[in-house]
Amino acid sequence: MIIACPFCGPRDLSEFTYCGDADNLAARPDPAATDQAAWNAYVYDRTNPAGEHAEIWQHSGGCRKFLRVVRSTVTHEIESAEMVGPKA
Amino acid sequence: MTSHRRPEGGSAIDRDDTVGFTVDGRQYFGLAGDTLAAALLANGVRVMGRSFKYHRPRGVVAIGVDEPNALFTVTTDGVREPNVRATEIEVFDGLAVESQNRWPSLDNDLMAVNQLGGKALAAGFYYKTFMGPVIGPLKGTRFWMMCEHVIRRAAGLGRPGTARDESRYERINAFCDLLVVGGGLAGLHTALEASEAGKRVIVCELEPRWGGGADGKKESEIRQIVDSLESKPDVTLLNRTTVWGWYDGNTLAATERITDHLRTAPEGAPRHRHWVIRTGHVALATGALERPIVFPGNDRPGVMLADAGHRYAETFGVLPGQHLTVLTNNDSAYQAAAALRHVGANIRAIIDVRPEIGAGAQRLADRAGGALKLGHAVVGTSGAKGLKTISVARYNHQTKSFSGGSEQIETDCLLVSGGWSPVVHLASQAGAQPIWDEALQAFLPPDPDKHWSVHGAAAGDLDFGHDLSPAPAPVFEIRHPGKAFVDFQHDVTADDVRLAHQEGFRSVEHLKRYTTLGMATDQGKTSNIAGLAIMADALKMPIPEVGTTRFRPPYTAASLGAIAAERYGDLFPHRLTPMHDWHTDHGARMYAAGHWERPESYNRTGETVEQAYVCEAKIVRQGVGLVDVSTLGKIDIAGPDAAEFLNRVYTNGFAKLPVNKARYGLMLREDGFAMDDGTTWRLAKNRFLMTTTTANAGKVMSHLELCLDVHWPDLRVHVTSVTDQWAGAAIAGPKSREVLASCVTGTAVDNDALPFMGIVHGTISGVPVMICRLSFSGELAYEVYCGAHHGTHVWEALMTAGKPFAIAPYGLEALGTLRIEKGHVTAAEIDGRTTARDLHLDWMLSSKKPFVGSAMMDREGLTDKSRWTLVGVVSRSGEKLHGGAHVVAGDRDEPGASLGHLTAMAFSPEMNAYVGLALIEDGESRIGQHLYAADPVRSQTHIPIEIVSHHMVDPKGERMHG
Ligand SMILES: [Zn+2]
Repeated sequence: MIIACPFCGPRDLSEFTYCGDADNLAARPDPAATDQAAWNAYVYDRTNPAGEHAEIWQHSGGCRKFLRVVRSTVTHEIESAEMVGPKA
Repeated sequence: MTSHRRPEGGSAIDRDDTVGFTVDGRQYFGLAGDTLAAALLANGVRVMGRSFKYHRPRGVVAIGVDEPNALFTVTTDGVREPNVRATEIEVFDGLAVESQNRWPSLDNDLMAVNQLGGKALAAGFYYKTFMGPVIGPLKGTRFWMMCEHVIRRAAGLGRPGTARDESRYERINAFCDLLVVGGGLAGLHTALEASEAGKRVIVCELEPRWGGGADGKKESEIRQIVDSLESKPDVTLLNRTTVWGWYDGNTLAATERITDHLRTAPEGAPRHRHWVIRTGHVALATGALERPIVFPGNDRPGVMLADAGHRYAETFGVLPGQHLTVLTNNDSAYQAAAALRHVGANIRAIIDVRPEIGAGAQRLADRAGGALKLGHAVVGTSGAKGLKTISVARYNHQTKSFSGGSEQIETDCLLVSGGWSPVVHLASQAGAQPIWDEALQAFLPPDPDKHWSVHGAAAGDLDFGHDLSPAPAPVFEIRHPGKAFVDFQHDVTADDVRLAHQEGFRSVEHLKRYTTLGMATDQGKTSNIAGLAIMADALKMPIPEVGTTRFRPPYTAASLGAIAAERYGDLFPHRLTPMHDWHTDHGARMYAAGHWERPESYNRTGETVEQAYVCEAKIVRQGVGLVDVSTLGKIDIAGPDAAEFLNRVYTNGFAKLPVNKARYGLMLREDGFAMDDGTTWRLAKNRFLMTTTTANAGKVMSHLELCLDVHWPDLRVHVTSVTDQWAGAAIAGPKSREVLASCVTGTAVDNDALPFMGIVHGTISGVPVMICRLSFSGELAYEVYCGAHHGTHVWEALMTAGKPFAIAPYGLEALGTLRIEKGHVTAAEIDGRTTARDLHLDWMLSSKKPFVGSAMMDREGLTDKSRWTLVGVVSRSGEKLHGGAHVVAGDRDEPGASLGHLTAMAFSPEMNAYVGLALIEDGESRIGQHLYAADPVRSQTHIPIEIVSHHMVDPKGERMHG
């Protein structure tokens, strides 16, 4: 698998670390809230789709930026890889 | 023995270059360009292997990678490479090979008594005899363990050696627009077309020669294309290169064999090269493999695939026999017969299961000569060490019935063709499910997509020439009494497959595992379709409904040496602290802590580690000691929102931490469990230095980065790992302040200038240092940080200044002892399963602000009273405790269930006892209880212990605050 890092160009999978489901990470509940159901869902529930899946990957062996990668869990084909973070 | 070499023909051989080689020490001669199989055939050798279970003599069946029988062990400089196909070993002067699975010799194998047993080793023998419950003394797994070494010797393949392989191997990454797999005509044309369109092309061919199975008449056409491709800068031609794996993202793996065929390797040349090829598009031109027909006695040496016989004559000028017969269900074998007749072979008979044939086949049959027996089949063979006669009977392939008596035909070679199977292995690896083609009676690759295409015979485009049909009659087995082999290499018979069906195996995957069909080193290249057809017949289902198994890498055995290449030996990364050399110069035993090498203890001559660390710990408690803490993770946190950021990731408050003060902090994970602890120093309003445990430095760094980039992109904070930029030394003990006072300039270090958790900046021996008063040991202690390059200089200055106070360096063991006595936690207790409460760190959980983990930390399960909590443990018998031991209530005879485990142990000089920390169920309420530390597996100890508070020494912390 090759991920095209917007900074470093197309790089091998071995340089990246998987950090989780992008949509899930984006839906982090309000930290001040202690809604157990919402937090439980955030920490443990995953959709596990067969097909397109948005994920956060860190280019840990490269620029260390986090990327939102859309990947097919069936073919491992990568549709897009975009930077997330302050300068996105 | 008569030579089987013809005076003419042989496109691969050099008749002027005779080479000598040995098989089991016996000398043979061949010609340069021969494969071992060709050279042995030319020498009249027919038995080239012994079968796996029954030790039946076996001859060569094929001419390429599909060969199941003729396996040898190549011995080079004492290194043994077993199970190499004779059809792929190129002979050279000095080649030495050993035959396999025979004792004492290939010709006279005493193990062949296995075949007298007949049914004894039928399908499922292993499962039925050895697996499952133990009933009586001679059944089940225990019996297997007893018999294993006998059976393994009798049934098997080649034996690997133990000598170290001194060959050099290489790996290479390659990138192209088009990878062509297969250098036959279809592949070469595809490559040429793409290269002319300006594409970067790699072509891999597993044989030494280009052209694949193409007719000898195409030789000049092949030469021309290869010359043209060689002249193009963006084309890489790799022969002797097998593409054996297709992985995600059009990444393919190939092994190039560079020196195996050479007597002397060129200087510096690797033996094999492992290619990782990333390509835009894959063109499969992998050709098709001829398949045999299953009939009784089909494994006798002399029974060979028709196309293989044809090509031995054409490529190597070797006739596979003197008096040939042919058994076929299709037209292609007629070509082989006519061609062999043309080079001087005597064709005795052509036996075709079909009642009639077309004009093209008829014309070739006339040319081949011999009796043409349509609507006939071979029902048996004879000949002790090779084929002598075949039995032929009239056969109706539609009703599968025989009529009339059988006729004997003398022949030393029976050429068999059961049709052709396109090589779909790679496409199947990539996830493409092959599709059954009724006309060709074969699986074809499905419709390709944008990533790959398929060309030539691999696509089912089987062109045997004018007037010949590629479609065979659907005959896979001629069922008649006698042992008829489906899988030669694993000795699986047609009856084994039927037995598996009778015993209830329905799925083809189960059939494979039960009979071991197709599971040998050839991965069923010759046997898969026949096995499937027999299974389909037993199930009374059409073949495509029974399905085919999915092929997995590798297509042929891959060289592990090449995959590892230069990556062997001690490749574990070692991180050394700036003071590393000082430690080793002063008798430190170094210890691997993660990637780091740290001093375990500084041993004087004759001293054990325990004696050394106990002495070091005493020195710290009574005088002063110095320890290297450079391995702690260090993260620079800077920016206007740095304090707010720390407030969110730590459980306790950091917003109000004054400049030049440090604070002990605890981090949780999102799920509420403890993640890491450490001190963070406020160096300026917007700048902090965070320290983490050595073990979790990387994890904490990634966690902070994720929080900043993904959760809080609005926070103006930068985090930078500075672990390697700072050298750190902790000076600890009641006399530590006096030592500092004598060597630090530019700042006072007394209690007012440098209170507990205070930070000062000064110099030691001319080097700027940062000193924070904090304690892991529980004593009055300071951490002294300086630039990494000055680490040893400052360390030595501290040692010199400490000399009047009898300072001594201490290692990890003493550090561990001191922290255990104090009940301070490390990664052994923050093990991913413990909460802040479990570790008595709940005083650090702020209720005034949310932080990572705050919403989840109070879940029911995490506040349960019965959770394992941190306690101290003291050995009551004076016996040494063992980390990892279970804490149990009962004595050795009736220990009871585990209540938890010891996370750390040491001999405490303060308490003059072996002590430890433990995580045990409802720990608080057990303080004062007498229990046992049980380690029944490793040390067989069962030690009486008392549960105590984890604060074993100076519980009020008076020493470090003093
Ligand atoms: Zn990058």
